[in-house]
Amino acid sequence: MEKYNIVIIGGGPAGLAAASAAYDEGERSILILERDKELGGILNQCIHNGFGLHTFKEELTGPEYAKRFSDQVAEKKIEYRLNTMVMDISPDRMVTAMNRTDGLFTVQAGAVILAMGCRERSRGALNIPGYRPAGIYSAGTAQRLVNIEGYMPGREVVILGSGDIGLIMARRMTLEGAKVKVVAELMPYSGGLKRNIVQCLDDYGIPLKLSHTVVDIQGKDRVTGVTIAEVDSSNKPVPGTEEFYSCDTLLLSVGLLPENELSKTAGVALSRITNGPTVNEQLETSVDGIFACGNVLHVHDLVDYVSEEAAMAGRNAARFVREGRISDRSRELPIHVEGGPRYTVPCTIDPARIPEQLTVRFRVGSVMKNRYVSVYLDGERVLRRRRQIMAPGEMEELVFKKSMFEAHPDLQNITIRVEEA
Amino acid sequence: MEVRNLICINCPMGCPLEVTLDGGEVVSVTGNTCPRGAEYGRKEVTNPTRIVTSSVLVAHALNGEKTVSCKTRTDIPKGRIFDVVKALKGITVEAPVHIGDVILPDAAGTGVPVVATKEIL
Repeated sequence: MEKYNIVIIGGGPAGLAAASAAYDEGERSILILERDKELGGILNQCIHNGFGLHTFKEELTGPEYAKRFSDQVAEKKIEYRLNTMVMDISPDRMVTAMNRTDGLFTVQAGAVILAMGCRERSRGALNIPGYRPAGIYSAGTAQRLVNIEGYMPGREVVILGSGDIGLIMARRMTLEGAKVKVVAELMPYSGGLKRNIVQCLDDYGIPLKLSHTVVDIQGKDRVTGVTIAEVDSSNKPVPGTEEFYSCDTLLLSVGLLPENELSKTAGVALSRITNGPTVNEQLETSVDGIFACGNVLHVHDLVDYVSEEAAMAGRNAARFVREGRISDRSRELPIHVEGGPRYTVPCTIDPARIPEQLTVRFRVGSVMKNRYVSVYLDGERVLRRRRQIMAPGEMEELVFKKSMFEAHPDLQNITIRVEEA
Repeated sequence: MEVRNLICINCPMGCPLEVTLDGGEVVSVTGNTCPRGAEYGRKEVTNPTRIVTSSVLVAHALNGEKTVSCKTRTDIPKGRIFDVVKALKGITVEAPVHIGDVILPDAAGTGVPVVATKEIL
């Protein structure tokens, strides 16, 4: 059986950044397992620009951003296997995978970094009535068809959901000659970044209908149209508001789900809110030596933050290999949230292990204006930040400093509270 | 004095900008968190521009790729986006292609080249 000190599951932005950072921490025995035929993950089909402003101080397209990291992996001669599907991870970090050249093989890993990313929520999860005609695609599938395969999925398009990929595809399909008639969003706010609303819809005069959903799909062999209706505050369609749009294509951009089937086989505990692993401040899951980063941990808006988070997981995994078990689980305190945040990553902190600076990320459950985000340690406010606006579509972050914790040696409670300003 | 509210598109932060104009001249930009925001606010009310990204067909790629992604090397006037996309129609490039290789030297008379954003061997 093969042995590697660190095995990384997934060669997308998270896996590549984790590998590079683990190498910089001194680790040389690293293996990346990637199921696609190239490194870079979903960035390869994200041909639009806007990546890397934080990391590289310039605006790159997805493939360019991916290349920066795959070049680092190549320069550092970090091993990777493509076209390789991981089948199982055991709680004692035995990774079973297969590909066409090696067949089925097992690798014993000193530490595992989960970097499998996420997948799109599909029509089946939405219970939209109607037949199952051709012409219904997830936005990401359409993106792959247009940008990688060179096919146009359709000519007249309705998009359900205002996730970023849907917005990006509204523009992309428009540029390629399609007519995007409307984007319908169930929630009263957009699920995507503001910049994408501006750049992808407003620039092209594509209407965004908030609090609207698809109530019927017409067409038996191919989509011939969809009916959209307004929804009330409990998301039920309002009778009499139905509007028919003739179209041949319906794109779904209705959320992303961290892909954690493998995490489950390893016995990793998952959050019911993020659908990703619950991690401590090391980004270590509930299973010793198994770390998580990127969209498998929680869905990000910015790849820059994925890279940053993954680098931290890479460094911590290298330290785990070098120093052995780093966790005294009994000292891990949960981060409580009040007044808006739905979750935090990490979800627990051991104050004794906190680095000089620790970025804590979270999302709020609804649009909130003019608030303070405060951190309380045993009831004492140690940090307060003002936010003009927070929205579920945009991830928030707070930087915890080691010095905040030094004044609280017997800390019992960590709370992030959103308060009216 | 005219005030225009914009959302900065330079990066996904999406800062809310307030641009104050006096007789077509930009007097102030507020709400930005970086210098690029101020520049964008100024530009967006006087001369809006965009980087255009697309993909073109590629022939004889070693790994069978069918397309190569590309972008205008710098931003172009917003009103010329469709002209640039039209100019890319029907173009097929020969592999290998490297990031930064010029695919179209002057995109629709904008003076800006379209360059590859992916390596295809």
